[in-house]
Amino acid sequence: MAAPLRDGGSRPMTWDWDWAMEILPGLLTQGLLVTVQATIGGALLAFVLGLFLALLRRSPRPYISRPVGAVAEFIRSTPLLVQLFVLYYVMPDFGVKMTALTTGIIGLGVHYATYTAEVYRAGIDCVPKGQWEAAVALNLPRRWSWFSIILPQAVRRSLPALGNYLVAIFKESPQLSVITVVDVVGLARELGSERFRYLEPMTIAGLFFLLIAIPASILVRRMERRLDT
Amino acid sequence: MTPESQPGTPAEPDPQWMVRFDKVVKTFGDATVLRELDFQVRPGERVTLIGPSGSGKTTILRLLMTLERVTSGTIHIDGECLSHMRRGTRRVPADERHLRRVRKRIGMVFQQFNLFPNMNVLRNITEAPVRALGVPRDQAEDKARELLEMVGLADKALAHPSQLSGGQQQRVAIARALAMEPEVLLLDEVTSALDPELVSGVQCLLRDIAQQGNLTLLCVTHEMNFARDISDRVLMFDHGRILEEGPPDQIFSEPEQQRTREFLQAVLDV
Repeated sequence: MAAPLRDGGSRPMTWDWDWAMEILPGLLTQGLLVTVQATIGGALLAFVLGLFLALLRRSPRPYISRPVGAVAEFIRSTPLLVQLFVLYYVMPDFGVKMTALTTGIIGLGVHYATYTAEVYRAGIDCVPKGQWEAAVALNLPRRWSWFSIILPQAVRRSLPALGNYLVAIFKESPQLSVITVVDVVGLARELGSERFRYLEPMTIAGLFFLLIAIPASILVRRMERRLDT
Repeated sequence: MTPESQPGTPAEPDPQWMVRFDKVVKTFGDATVLRELDFQVRPGERVTLIGPSGSGKTTILRLLMTLERVTSGTIHIDGECLSHMRRGTRRVPADERHLRRVRKRIGMVFQQFNLFPNMNVLRNITEAPVRALGVPRDQAEDKARELLEMVGLADKALAHPSQLSGGQQQRVAIARALAMEPEVLLLDEVTSALDPELVSGVQCLLRDIAQQGNLTLLCVTHEMNFARDISDRVLMFDHGRILEEGPPDQIFSEPEQQRTREFLQAVLDV
């Protein structure tokens, strides 16, 4: 064993079951609820917006594809943390006011949309050229071919990678605490700061992530295998 | 170019030629695939294109299907220009609307089938008549079931392409092309991707189709027996030009060109 952890005083750090049990319900309900809201909201936005970005970037018109590409590159090349700060503390100066959670969901969603757009792009490129050629040979309308032939196949191929981003968004969601969103980690920190004791709340918060992320990853891997065959 | 072949003239049916290539050139980058190609196909004629790979046969089908555009020259389908249209007095490359109109008359079956994997067999066949021709869905489905009956897959209407063998997929693809009631049907090495034991079934089906209708057929194949059975005329291609042409018996039995003899020997020996 390493030297006992200190918690500000000189008492050796031991796991306090009573306190852990006391804070568990709050973390489980209030904290985790916000985390799940942020994750699902952010992921939905990222998945939908990403698809639009991918389509706009493929536009044959350069005055559409270029700016969209540049903005996506810009967002991908700056930290999520900076984007969250700008959204929450700078945008209100321009008259855009939203609750912390809404801001956080938009921040996460837009940030990850630039990544999921790449996933969709790869998925679209994977659809064999022959599918387009058959659609042309059958004189099917272009737009209909996109939405009924190409995209369903592309999205299917994209699902495993999107699943990975869902897990990533879940794990990145504690960053929203910098804009006052009290997610499970934010709540753990508040609880910890009340007693200057972080062992129990942070361990519980970490376990939540572990317990959700691991099965999710396994599911994604199983999905990958099924699509490969 | 004769005056009446001016591209963009109001489409008057050409009683003589269903397909007409005039000085068609097609290049891909530095490679010239077709060199000033002239050739014609009569309505209802069944023509097979043979020749070594890279000789431009498939490109001809792809140009007709508007999957590629000519570099220069013109292509007419029943008197209607495929590659160009007239805007005012000028001749300009055909736009999408013009292409859609001309394309209605042409169908194509691909080497790799290219069925839509996310739809069942019935929808693979009905979507194009419904979406592109505006046929009511129930009518399109009746027609599709008839066609499936004809290709021997009446019981597979609700199957998905991935559940079918290559031969069955290709039969569905043939039914799908015929559902559009094309006047010209293009067959691009339709049995090349099939397991050997499935080839003859698909060939028999196509032979029946060729004999039934007044479909104009352009067929690229490496199966010489099939070419002999199915066609009225065989064109031997080499380096983007027609080297020699004639009825199948003549081409296969007593070709004039040394190059044709070599080619036939090579493919028949395999």
